[in-house]
Amino acid sequence: MERSFVAKNPSVLVFLAILSLFTLGVTVLSEGFGIGVISTSFVKTLGKTLCLCLIAVAMDLVWGFTGILSLGHFAFFGLGGYMIGMWLMYERTRLIVVESLSQAEIPPTSSEVVDAIGTQIFGVVGSSEFPLIWAFSDSLFLQLALVVLVPGLLALIFGWLAFRSRVTGVYLSILTQAMTLALALYLFQNDSGLRGNNGLSGLQNLPGVTASQDVVSVWFLWASAFALGLGYMLAAWVVSGKFGSVIRGIRDNEARVRFLGYSVEVYKLAVFTLTACIAAIAGALYYPQAGIINPEEMAPIASIYLAVWVAIGGRGRLYGAVIGAAFVSLLSTWFTGGQAPDIPLGFYTIKWVDWWQVLLGVSFVLVTLFAPQGIGGLFDLWTNRRAPQRHGAALGPDESALREKEATE
Amino acid sequence: MLRLFLAGLAILCACLTANAQEGGLQPILQEHQEIIAKSSRKTIGPAIEAIASSGLPQAQVMLETWAAKNVWMRKSDGLFFAGKKGEGRSYELTDFDTGEIVGTFEKSDLKQLKPNSGIRAMIGTALVQFQLTDPDRAKRLAALTSIQRDPEGALLEPLRASIDEEPDADLKAQKQRLERLLTIGYDEDTAARVAAIEEMSDDLGVDVRAALNPLVVTRLQTATDLPSDVNIAGVLQPGSDDLSRDAAYDLLVASDLAAPRVSADDIRAALAANIDGGRVGGVPVAQLNSDAARAQAYAALAEAGTVPALITQTDIDAALGAHVFFETYAEPSGEVTAAAEKALEQIELKVGLNQTLDLTLDAISLASIYFLAAIGLAITFGVMGVINMAHGEFIMMGAYTGYVVQQFIPDHTLSIIVAIPMAFAVTFAMGVAMERLVIRWLYSRPLETLLATFGISIALQQLAKNIFGTQARPLTAPGWLDGAWVLNDVVSISYIRIAIFVLAMIFLGLFLYIMKRTRLGLEMRAVTQNPRMAGSMGINPGRVNMLTFGLGSGIAGIAGVAIGLFAKVTSDLGSDYIVQSFMTVVVGGVGNIWGALAGAGMIGFLQKGIEWMNPSNTLAAQTYMIIFIIIFIQFRPRGIIALKGRAAGD
Repeated sequence: MERSFVAKNPSVLVFLAILSLFTLGVTVLSEGFGIGVISTSFVKTLGKTLCLCLIAVAMDLVWGFTGILSLGHFAFFGLGGYMIGMWLMYERTRLIVVESLSQAEIPPTSSEVVDAIGTQIFGVVGSSEFPLIWAFSDSLFLQLALVVLVPGLLALIFGWLAFRSRVTGVYLSILTQAMTLALALYLFQNDSGLRGNNGLSGLQNLPGVTASQDVVSVWFLWASAFALGLGYMLAAWVVSGKFGSVIRGIRDNEARVRFLGYSVEVYKLAVFTLTACIAAIAGALYYPQAGIINPEEMAPIASIYLAVWVAIGGRGRLYGAVIGAAFVSLLSTWFTGGQAPDIPLGFYTIKWVDWWQVLLGVSFVLVTLFAPQGIGGLFDLWTNRRAPQRHGAALGPDESALREKEATE
Repeated sequence: MLRLFLAGLAILCACLTANAQEGGLQPILQEHQEIIAKSSRKTIGPAIEAIASSGLPQAQVMLETWAAKNVWMRKSDGLFFAGKKGEGRSYELTDFDTGEIVGTFEKSDLKQLKPNSGIRAMIGTALVQFQLTDPDRAKRLAALTSIQRDPEGALLEPLRASIDEEPDADLKAQKQRLERLLTIGYDEDTAARVAAIEEMSDDLGVDVRAALNPLVVTRLQTATDLPSDVNIAGVLQPGSDDLSRDAAYDLLVASDLAAPRVSADDIRAALAANIDGGRVGGVPVAQLNSDAARAQAYAALAEAGTVPALITQTDIDAALGAHVFFETYAEPSGEVTAAAEKALEQIELKVGLNQTLDLTLDAISLASIYFLAAIGLAITFGVMGVINMAHGEFIMMGAYTGYVVQQFIPDHTLSIIVAIPMAFAVTFAMGVAMERLVIRWLYSRPLETLLATFGISIALQQLAKNIFGTQARPLTAPGWLDGAWVLNDVVSISYIRIAIFVLAMIFLGLFLYIMKRTRLGLEMRAVTQNPRMAGSMGINPGRVNMLTFGLGSGIAGIAGVAIGLFAKVTSDLGSDYIVQSFMTVVVGGVGNIWGALAGAGMIGFLQKGIEWMNPSNTLAAQTYMIIFIIIFIQFRPRGIIALKGRAAGD
């Protein structure tokens, strides 16, 4: 008998309820719409965290469920940010340029306006010409489409090349890392057309919107929460059906799934591309809140941190990824923001700004060793979900099959 | 003035002693008393010339004293003397000719000659002829260097005259070479210049090219007819690749042979200046936001005569058709320019060949750096299959160990000798600890090994930052590694890079020896292929894995010392190499040291090759290289040297 989607995934309802409550709570407490307990910058931090949760969901889908440890999803995240950033920057500069040119005696021609925008945007890298990739930057609609299309296409091509040559496991991880590095290095050049290491800036100002940042930050919080909710539902839907069973099968024993007649490459490619698109959307929502994007954000280390969040939160369960991303990134903000109290040891004072990374690294090792289920594993204690008792034997004959203590789903 | 000077010098050389004036230097100085006292750069020339061409031995002393601002004029009679500070405000004067002390005078009775830097340079040039024959070798060398830096036609004759008497063989060769170069540039005899050019046309020196290049400098000119009295390099057609129509017309405008074009900005300015009651030339101002409307308004203004007419395409065609465009050499002699062009072409070819050689050396050196960074990984990743993201941090730890050792042992040679085993010991211990504590539990979960070792990597990086700070620490190479092995002006390679190459080769040998000839190597290979079978043969797989991982880590530490010698030692040192190292192993083929070597070679050559094609941009080179590697793996997923059969593991 077909059970409904919600019945199969009770966690989705709980998640959506918590997300709505959270959003409502922040709205009420915000400066823009409520009583002003939470500062605007913190609202932005929360909004950004929601975007990070969204990309963590994508990462969980590709890693926790399909077994592809991609170290390149932050590249897609950054690309999404660049795509929306191009429109934001173009449009805002255009408004400023039109405003200033209208002071002149002779009204400007359209080519003069474009030239002036070019000089404004690219003056910092010693150019004034619009590169080809900015061809659509004057259209919000096209640029929004590119948010999904460009990273999606990149993921499609890269994934096709990688999966068809049967690159798997750590090799694939290294290859995705190399792709991220290549992209970041490319964008670091001044003649890449995206302003080199200056990146795109001033993205927090929405063109044509006069509302203050207090209000805009809450809008973005709503948008991020909405996107996260949708993304979570999509991911839950993807993993709950037959498709989900197949990708879990690929994770646990790729060869066996292939012998069963499934086209493993197509499934992997589909998941890889879909998650790249989700990551890009998360990025497109993240960077207008951050206000600036530069190639530094796309360095391979960012993608590895993403894996860290998901691992700490708990792989193979969607809420685990969300918890991990929210927990670690907020904790990281707290520690590196200098708000955590120093610990005086008498002979040495532990300053968390310096020691947080060490703590993170060590706790990451510990989680990997002793709690492969991450924080999400705590929920198992509550729901009494237990692994089958196999007295330590592997679930499958292959070495890569899950060991007993990892097998939960 | 230069010509006069030249003539003076020529006379000097023809009859060096015969020309010596009987009366000594003072009469000459007195002859030019006024201009010497005035000390102006514009007028001083004849005075210096007269002193220099006097042929008197004391002229050199006088010029040197003058340049050192130690020449004083006695106000009472206007005679010049060398002054030396005496008691109080008095000065002791010495006569230039006799060398006798004339007496001591108060400062108020004297006037010091203070030549400015321009005059000192002229004195310096005049002095060169004396310095070229100076008995002191260092002074002769200094004179040669100063001619090289600032060649002048006037110096050619004194240089030639000094060659025969030069006792030092090395300096003599230098003088002859310089004489050839000056001949190319400044000799009056065209045949001599051509001969000199041909003689030097197989020389790779930068100075030769510097001497030849000014000869072939061309200038683009235009006229209605081709002139016959200049040395023409070629005639250009407007609209060809070498000369665009725009550039040609701009040249006509610059030579006042055509009216300037009216640019869009000019139109805009003209329109703005002629607004008349909200209209320009009958067009309302508000409508002037398109090029067509602006052209219409401008045409109306031009018709009324208020602004110059637009230059149309027809005007440009007519102007271009009426003129010829040609390039002329600044050098008037056609024979010389032809010989110089030919010589430069020959030199370019040789330079190209040598650059290829230089690039090859660079690529080998880069490859050996990558090999060194990747060799430890070839053991841990290639042989054991353990992916160690902290490998880069082991390299960093090795480099910091070298730095710490240098803090205690100031002698650089000794400290490096101590640092290498120290680095090995530190990273070996670290690797063993890491294998025992972490990696051992994750052998069946390779992806998690990646993540756990990454956690260790960020912890180690931050620890290094906390201990050593974020600024770069120096790891100084011993003095005998400074400098470079210079083959010629094009090909050179620094000794550090040679040392790294040698080190890489030593490690290759060491690795092969351990793997193929020792008990440990045998056990390693056995455990890697089949740990259970190895265990049943009496090998302890745990111990062997531990030692293997330790060995790989230890080699990373030594690589760190080597890399630290030429790179800055920072906490990010390792992460700069980690991706390249993995690429090296993956491209080369896992599980095979020759694969790592081939991978390092390929990546090194590839990167240098791409950099050569696009020299301004090393970032792009890395991007293209990574893209190339991703595509390469499509065709050889198991790397250049793939294991076959049972050793491949599946």
